[in-house]
Amino acid sequence: MSTMDSFTRQDVEDFLFAEAALLDEFRFDEWLHLFRDDAHYLIPPLDVREASPSDSLYLVMDDMSRLRSRVQQYRGRAMWVENPPSRTRRLITNTRILSRGDEGLRVSANFVVYRMRHELVDPYIGRYEHVLVPHEGGLLFRERKAVLDLEALRPAAKISIIL
Amino acid sequence: MQTRSKDSFDGLIVDDMERGVFRVNRRVFTDPAILEAEKRQVFDNCWLYVGHESELAGAGAFIKRKVGGRPVIFVRDDQDTVRVLFDVCPHRGNSVCRGTRGTAQRFLCFYHGWAFNTRGDLINVPDQEGYGDKLCRSDLGLGSPPRLESYRGLVFMSMKADMMSLGDYLGDTRPYIDDMMDMTDSEGVIAPGQQSYSMRANWKLLLENSADLYHGPFTHQRFFQDYVSTLGADPATWQKTLRAGAEDNRVLAFANGHAVIDTPAGPLPMFADRPEILDELREKLTQKHGAERVARMMDRSRNLLIFPNLVMISAWRTIRTFYPVAPDYMEVDAWAIVGRDDSPELREKRFGNFISFLGPAGFGTPDDVEALENCQRGFAARELAWTDLSKGMGREGGALANDEFQMRTVWRRWYSLMNPGFVPSVEKSRIMAASAD
Repeated sequence: MSTMDSFTRQDVEDFLFAEAALLDEFRFDEWLHLFRDDAHYLIPPLDVREASPSDSLYLVMDDMSRLRSRVQQYRGRAMWVENPPSRTRRLITNTRILSRGDEGLRVSANFVVYRMRHELVDPYIGRYEHVLVPHEGGLLFRERKAVLDLEALRPAAKISIIL
Repeated sequence: MQTRSKDSFDGLIVDDMERGVFRVNRRVFTDPAILEAEKRQVFDNCWLYVGHESELAGAGAFIKRKVGGRPVIFVRDDQDTVRVLFDVCPHRGNSVCRGTRGTAQRFLCFYHGWAFNTRGDLINVPDQEGYGDKLCRSDLGLGSPPRLESYRGLVFMSMKADMMSLGDYLGDTRPYIDDMMDMTDSEGVIAPGQQSYSMRANWKLLLENSADLYHGPFTHQRFFQDYVSTLGADPATWQKTLRAGAEDNRVLAFANGHAVIDTPAGPLPMFADRPEILDELREKLTQKHGAERVARMMDRSRNLLIFPNLVMISAWRTIRTFYPVAPDYMEVDAWAIVGRDDSPELREKRFGNFISFLGPAGFGTPDDVEALENCQRGFAARELAWTDLSKGMGREGGALANDEFQMRTVWRRWYSLMNPGFVPSVEKSRIMAASAD
């Protein structure tokens, strides 16, 4: 897997930083192009974070069809919770490549996503556990997983933005 | 004749059956004195949901929860008895339970080293000589709420020692609870993964919202119209169900302030591509329960309100409870009911069905939260003093499920508890009037 071996931490960071910019700028069409067709977007439950999505109630368990609908809803008027859209700002640090295998690059990074609305600031703190795969010289998500460190979504209650 | 003291909450509700007007003064959502009174007069006079026995896997399994404002340990003791213990050391008050869930052989207070077994008995007091022979260990166990009872594995506690039995309290809601717990082929259990979130809104706004069919087509347009269409399901079916004004669109009130809306079930969106999974389940359930009961379980959609703060919703197979922390802030906990032996496919579909609508990242709940938080902000305009919940009072023949009868039911109970001795109006919904004839 020479292509897999050629990616450095900086390549991964560039990918994640560019992704964060797309989300903070609401450029969802371009953002969806960062996913392979069989990709998943996942947020595990806060109390059993290691649990598998097949036997526990995840907060988000999107295949591409549900993720496309999620994004489509942002653009419609009836996503009242994000109409008009909240401001968001993403900080991504401590990026590491954990392993390289047939399934792809296992990557971890820390994040804080701030959501600003109604003059309130809600921080979402956690760690990304992504699986990235090479594609046309760049990278694509095969699995995009945001593991929250919050013990409860309090006072920030809504994951109405992409984390 | 009641004495009118500063604790009187008279006049907060206008319930005029003749004019068809029901209004609630918005002070009930904002006044800290009302919240303080609610803690004692409402929450301490009801049965409160703690958890389901299936959440405690084996001896010593515990989960720390806050119930009715009290820090409690929901625990299966070393003799397999499910208990609720206060997480408060009787000596000086420190917490005795580390972590929010796990398995314990004993609970140790790290302040002075007092130790308790999983039954709550005091088993060790360092330097007990200091007390001479005056220390009575049996009086110094971890306290428990005065009453603890369960129904179908659902464990409730009450702070009122002479509270009626849980069975009497739940009364005629029990068949609805049974249907909810029996909707799976195997034993109904709580799935791992608790949703814990909050709303910057008064807790009673969520009680109103949890069985409100009227708001569905508007607040939840993006789910019932936009999302459902992407699954190959027909949004028209849902729109019809939500707006239904027909006889089979029922709402019922029960004793003690409980209510249910009971309407024809729309097709579950997640199963649009695999209807055979549900057909198979129907066949198995029919063998067990008969076609008539299975039709109630699978073809009806029920949102059940157990006063004061427990909600069970059949379409999403969820249990939800919520408590006020401040007049404008509540904490919500929600769980999914699954069958212990569900096939992986069925379980995946059930989870998808639940989380695509409900919870912090669903396509439904966040819009509810936004609406309720907006309402709470709006109450700052004190000039607009009244909330209107009259819908259905003037409907010929009685209220239907997309009216506001279920909200009036819980408000009448709330008002009776806040004003002891008050006798509320008796309103009958269409189905209740029809059954009485």
